[in-house]
Formats: sequence, C-alpha cells, structure tokens
Amino acid sequence: MLHIHRYERTWLSFGMGILVVLLATITTAALVEGFVPPSRVQTIDPTKVSQTPPFDHPGLHKISDGVYEAYYVGHVFAFDPQKIEVPVGARVTFYVTSTDVEHGFAVPETGINVMVTPGWVSSVSYTFKKAGSFLLLCHEYCGTGHQYMFGTIVVK
Amino acid sequence: MARAELERPALPREPSDTIPIAVEAATPAENRLVLWHVYTATAALTLGALFGLLQGFSRAGYLAMPAYFDYYRMLTAHGVLMALVFTTFFITGICTYATYRSIDRPGRSLVLAWGSFWLMLAGTVMAAVTILAGNASVLYTFYAPLKASPYFYFGATLLILGTWGVAIDIVANVVWFKRRHPAERIPLPAYMCATTFIMWVIATLGVVAEMGILIPWSLGFTSGVDVELTRMLFWYFGHPLVYFWIMGAYIIWYTVVPATFGGRIFSDALTRLSFLMLLLFSTPVGIHHQFVDPGISAGWKWLHMLLTYGVVIPSFMTAFAIFATFELAARRAGVRGFWNTIRFLPWRDPVFAGAACAMLLFIPGGFGGLVNASYSMDVLVHNTMWVVGHFHITVGGPVALTFVAAAYALVPALTGRKLFAPNVALAQVWLWFGGMTLMSLSMHWAGLLGAPRRTAEVSYLGSTVAQEWHPQMVAAALGGTLLFISILMFVYVAVGTRLQNQVAVVPPQFRFAPVDERAMPPPVVFDRLGVWAMIAIALALLAYAGPLVEQFSQPHFLAPGMRTW
Repeated sequence: MLHIHRYERTWLSFGMGILVVLLATITTAALVEGFVPPSRVQTIDPTKVSQTPPFDHPGLHKISDGVYEAYYVGHVFAFDPQKIEVPVGARVTFYVTSTDVEHGFAVPETGINVMVTPGWVSSVSYTFKKAGSFLLLCHEYCGTGHQYMFGTIVVK
Repeated sequence: MARAELERPALPREPSDTIPIAVEAATPAENRLVLWHVYTATAALTLGALFGLLQGFSRAGYLAMPAYFDYYRMLTAHGVLMALVFTTFFITGICTYATYRSIDRPGRSLVLAWGSFWLMLAGTVMAAVTILAGNASVLYTFYAPLKASPYFYFGATLLILGTWGVAIDIVANVVWFKRRHPAERIPLPAYMCATTFIMWVIATLGVVAEMGILIPWSLGFTSGVDVELTRMLFWYFGHPLVYFWIMGAYIIWYTVVPATFGGRIFSDALTRLSFLMLLLFSTPVGIHHQFVDPGISAGWKWLHMLLTYGVVIPSFMTAFAIFATFELAARRAGVRGFWNTIRFLPWRDPVFAGAACAMLLFIPGGFGGLVNASYSMDVLVHNTMWVVGHFHITVGGPVALTFVAAAYALVPALTGRKLFAPNVALAQVWLWFGGMTLMSLSMHWAGLLGAPRRTAEVSYLGSTVAQEWHPQMVAAALGGTLLFISILMFVYVAVGTRLQNQVAVVPPQFRFAPVDERAMPPPVVFDRLGVWAMIAIALALLAYAGPLVEQFSQPHFLAPGMRTW
C-alpha cells in the first residue's frame, strides 16, 4: 500500500477540507436558494428568429406589477432592443438569442452574465433594486464591431 | 544552470539512500531535434509577446490598431502563438528529451520524431499565415459559426496530428523499455512524459472531431454547424490543454528543479500518483468553461464542477512534495529553520530562481481557479478580464516562466555552450515575476469591476462603469511592458548562448534529481498505463454522455455561419 507521511496526510486533509466546505456551500446555495448559473435548455431556428414568437417582437413585456419579461435578439453588432426602462424593484427575466454568431449578454455590477448561442435561447432573471443607468454589453467576440455591441438598461 | 555548475563543480555526492535517474548520453542528432522544438517555441513566444504588448496599449486606450491589422487579428495571433504553439512545441521538445535521456535505447530511430516535428511546423505556418493575412480572426477558441478560411482549420489539425506523432514516439520508447526490462519500473521522467501525452491524445480527440465538422463546413460541403456541439467539443479539449501545460511544468518542478540544489525527488510513488490523477481528472471537466451556456442543465454543470475540484488533490500533493524537497535537502546540508532553508536555495541560479518565481505565481493562480470552477461564483467573472488575469497568472506565469527557466538548463546542454549572460537571465526571471504580478492582478481587479475580455476598446463611449476599470487597464499595460522587456532579455540570453563560441570546458549537463530511496517503491499497478488510459476515457464518456443526450433530445438547428471581420 501507499505510505503517505503524517504531515502530508494533514496537508491533504486541509485541501480536502477546503473542497468539502466549498462544495457544501455551493450545493446548499443551489438547492435552497436556487443559486445556479443560467442553464435554459430550449432550441430555436437561428435563421427564423424574426418569425418566431416571442422574438418577432423584441422588447420589454410587463407580466404583472413589478414582474417583467424582456426578449432580446443579438446580432452583429447590436442588441434589439437597444434600450429598456424598468421601475426600481422590477424582477426582469431576460430571454436572449442570436441570429448569426456567438454573442454574450452581461450587465456589470449585477451578476447578469450569459452566453448567447445561435440555435438556443438563454435566460437569466434579476431584480433591479438600485436606480441608475446600467451598461449592457456583448462579452463574447463576434467580429470587427464587437466593441460597439452594447445597450442600456435604465432603472428609475 | 551553467553558472551554478561552475560555482559548485561537485553537486553533493549522491548519498547511498538515493536512486539516481540515469541520464543517458545524448547523441548530436537527438540534441538537434530537441533544439528545433525549442527554437520554434521561442520564435512563437517572441512574436506573441509583441502582439501582447500592443494589446495592452490598445486596451488602455493609448493605441488604436489600424484597419489593415486590427486588434482581433492580433488577438487571434497572440492566443494561437502563445497558448497553442509556444507551449506545445516546448512540451513536445522537453518530453522528447526527457524520454530519450531516461531510456537508453541504442540506435534509436528519429524518423518518426522528425516527421512529427515537420508536420507540426507545417501546420503552424499554415495557420499563422492565414491569421496574419486576416483570413482567420476567430481567436484561439475559433467558436463556430465564425467562419475562418479552411487553411486555418487545416493548419491547426496538422499541428495536432504532429503532436500525436510525438506521443506515439514517447509511448513506443516506454513500451520498448518495458519489453526489455519487464521487472523494472518505467524511469520516472519517461513515465511523466508518457502520462502527459496519453492525456493529450485523449483530449485532442475532441478538437479533431470538431475539425471534422468545421473543415467540410468551411469548404462549403455542409450548410451549417451545431454551435453548442462544437463548443462542447472545443472545451472537452480546451481544459485538458491547460493541464497539458501544467504537467509540462510539473515534470520540470519534480525532476529538474531539485537537481539545482542537490536535492532528491521526495517520493517516486506520489509523483506517479499525482500524474495519474491529472490523467484522470483532465478530461471530464470541460463544461466548467460553459457554466453560463444555454443548452446544458445545471445538474451537469454541477457534476463537472465536482470533477474539476478533483485536481486540488494532485495540486496539493505537488505543493507538498516541492516544499518537502527543499527542506529535506537543507536538513541534509545541516541547515534548519524556515529562513535558513530559504537562504540555502540557489537563488543565483536562473534555473532555480525562474522555477521558484513560477511556483510562487501558481499559488494565487490556483486559488483564483477555485473561483472560476465554482458554478455560482463563475457568473461574476465569466468572460471578464478576471479570466484573462487567471490564465496569465497560470499559463503565462507558472508554465511559461518554468519553460524559460528550463531553457536556461536545456539550451547549454543541447549546444555544449556556457549560458550567456547569466546575470541578465537572473534579472529576466524576476522582471517576469514582477511584470506578471502587476499585469494579472490588475486584470483580475478590472474583471471584478465588469471589464469584458476579448474586446478591442472598453470605454463604451464614456460609460461611467467603464471609467472605473480604466486605471486597471493602464496598470495592466505597464505590467505587459515589463513582461515584453523580460522576453526580449530571454531571447538575448538564448540567442547569445547559441551564437557565442565559448564551448564550456565541462560540457553542461541536464540533470534529473535522484529519487529518495527511503520513500517506498511505486506500486506496480501505476505502470499499467494502458489500463489508466481506459479509465480516463471511461470517465470522460460518463461525464459527457448526459449533456450530449440532453442536447440531442431537443429539436436541432444548424447555424449557417459567416465571416464577421
């Protein structure tokens, strides 16, 4: 059998301990708080996005008081809609897809961060508690004008 | 190494309780082969570094790249040259060398090794020319449906097929050894190289399969690609690529670094065990690069997170072995206490100092990796500058600096010349350490503020949040400048060593440290590499079967793709 020195066993136990605590925290947060990364599994024909509801009418849709759905279409090099306005405290669920190449959908300072893949619908929810103007940006390289692919989310 | 060699002509005599690793005499033909790998790696590093410098200035807002050679073309060239060409050629070179040096095989044929090298070089030139001509600005991840010229995909495929030739050569030497010496264990350096390349072949099956989709599509034979499938195939390869680099650096940390201070390899068995764990935990983890991708359920992402964390065990084992090696060598020399042990180590030797700086950088690098690998924390950093900071403080720090340090031992041994300007070499590794610390910490910080990666210009027409990360981008450009100067110093020493006519009086030796015999011999089962390879493949299949079934159970659409640059 493998002999492992006493000190090394202690050291490896320390490493394993870090792992156990980390995994337990992450797993508890996932199971109890539903804290999991955006992982929607839904396909869409990327060549027919403009004819496929709800992406035939991109934009913000009010579901009930304080609850919104926003349908976004990413294409080189812009988001449609370019700008939305929501009230403070609004819970917004974003649905995003692409008509051409891979894009990203990220809003710094919020934790909204998802990939936008042609052929698939991505989804992420967020509650805007702070008023202000938020920068929405494409964080995956999509071509020459990638740095100009951004939009605005106004919370007031 | 040459300088240390001269200052200490006799390394501490091998005590009776060590097993020396035989260093077989090199033939000039073998030396020439390995030198060509090192030259190609150095050329890629130098050109890649120039592009890196310009990127730093672009992102800080001091430079706008002209339309005829834009930022993304340069970024693609930087990524491909550094991540795929420099690292791969150095690892194929050092692993070929370490295998040949530890397995004495008279009349060894170099036909396969040279053929593999030329295939790799031809592929590299084909891909690089296509990128520089502007026909493949798809970054080193070449995410479909960005559609590059077929020559880019052909070139990358040839590069990988060439590395398979190197893998066959290394494994064939190990098999030859086992046939000749059935009762003996595979020599440790050859064992580590074989494990590394078995892992590499299993991993590159993914990217070769992806090329099987992309090549017909780029030639116009198929109308579209399944984007998520190509992303999954890419990252099935993309993460083990990282471990390929790390294993290359570990080979040097375990077997070469102790030789710089007359130390011994702490434990033969545990060294083999950590490499076996790297073989097993390399491939079933790729989805942690796709934590925020659509089309993969959170449960599969959780599984890949769990398996990713498996790598903590061999990492902690390696950290322990390194510090144990330091302390045991110091104690044998009668040195005790923490600071005295630090002082005992040969800091004037650029081989040791470079590797030690590399090890220091790996500590923040590894802990940063724990954040990326957590599927909830990753949401805060995915595709931000944090990730760029992370892979620079891992591959650009520990791995690249270890290779540079190893080159200071390797180039004199291969050319029979003294190391040129050893003081420049010593300053070079510290400058790298400083530059990398400044650059990567600034990048991590900018990432936490939300600065995206892979973007030519990040001011967003004066957006307030973008102004917050500007100072960090300036600091990163300064760090990048220090790194560029450091790489120029490396080239000066390497080229100087080759060109000077000072053949060393005592031919410089490339040494492997002996193994401490008090540690137990490695279990025989560790040498059954074929069985371990099968287990690794089975683990990869298990980890990917679920996500693949999930994707293919959905209605499926292909994306036609386009050239957007």
